[in-house]
Amino acid sequence: MEVDQLQRTFHDYHASLFNEGFLDEQFVQLQQLQDESNPGFVVEVVSLFFEDSERLLNDLSKALDQENVDFRKIDAHVHQLKGSSSSIGAQRVRNACIAFRNFCDERNIEACLKCLQQVRQEYLLVKTKLETLLRLEQQIVAAGGASPM
Amino acid sequence: MGLAAADSQFHVLAVDDSLIDRKLIERLLKTSSYQVTTVDSGSKALEFLGWHDEDERNNSSEETSVSPKNHQEVEVNLVITDYCMPGMTGYDLLKKMKESSSLRNIPVVIMSSENVPSRITRCLEEGAEEFFLKPVRLSDVNKLKPHMMRTKCCNKDDDDDIQNQKPENLEKQEINGEEIQTVLQLQQQQQQPSQTNNNTNKRKSMDEGLSPDRTRPRYNGLTVMSN
Repeated sequence: MEVDQLQRTFHDYHASLFNEGFLDEQFVQLQQLQDESNPGFVVEVVSLFFEDSERLLNDLSKALDQENVDFRKIDAHVHQLKGSSSSIGAQRVRNACIAFRNFCDERNIEACLKCLQQVRQEYLLVKTKLETLLRLEQQIVAAGGASPM
Repeated sequence: MGLAAADSQFHVLAVDDSLIDRKLIERLLKTSSYQVTTVDSGSKALEFLGWHDEDERNNSSEETSVSPKNHQEVEVNLVITDYCMPGMTGYDLLKKMKESSSLRNIPVVIMSSENVPSRITRCLEEGAEEFFLKPVRLSDVNKLKPHMMRTKCCNKDDDDDIQNQKPENLEKQEINGEEIQTVLQLQQQQQQPSQTNNNTNKRKSMDEGLSPDRTRPRYNGLTVMSN
């Protein structure tokens, strides 16, 4: 009973993340790579993404705070973040990175700062969503159900 | 799986400076039953492949290629590498391998998050077998086997002139490891779709070109190589 309800909740929540554009097809690819022999694959990759992103966001903050802003370095960081968000299917983060890179090209510090804020916001949003999703998965498995991933 | 002998399994060396992407490609390759080694740079890749600068310069004056096993500790059947890496790019790695008498026969595939036509052309002209846009998917990895098998075939006696044939557009077919001759002949494949469908694993329905933001160019079989 409880498992069924949890499964339904998971299913609906999962669907909403795609409908609202937080996640794209690539996340489904990740799910497909998870199986009985690799039950923690999605958690593992998502955790790496969190670590990676937080590091890059900090680096970006510092880089934009410099007296002489090194735009090439900033571009390199954003490129990395764009890559990792793309690899896990965090669509809105990826799109925010693309916009960010355009302003890097223009060497516009104010705009870059706004972009950084935007990227950070999108990251925090998707982080919360993914943590919720993974928690739901955990609950289902703990209640004896099969992982819906 | 069910492969009896260890040497009948293909070994892929994956090169990428991103940890997430290394995890991904490793999982994709292992899901396809390949043995995988991952490294985070081109120089580490060359090291793993047993590339030695001096030896290569000595050998380059010879026309015949030296046995590939001389320098390698472990046999590598394919190298798949990211393009954008600090230090040595994937293109640099590709170039070094093609200039090396011991490594030039190892097929190389390039991956990139950026769809830059001139970059793609450059890589293919330098001898890359395929160019995948990231994020790489299972459907991409399914395209690797013919390239690996072509190299393995060269080391065996074979009636068919397999060495001179290039794999055609094979996206729709899953390749059965034992059907070496049919793999490389498009006509036979087209006549026998059902037997290859039996071997399809975990592959989604065809996704090429379905999603609007994934305008991925198809470059299968269009390598411009002089053998």
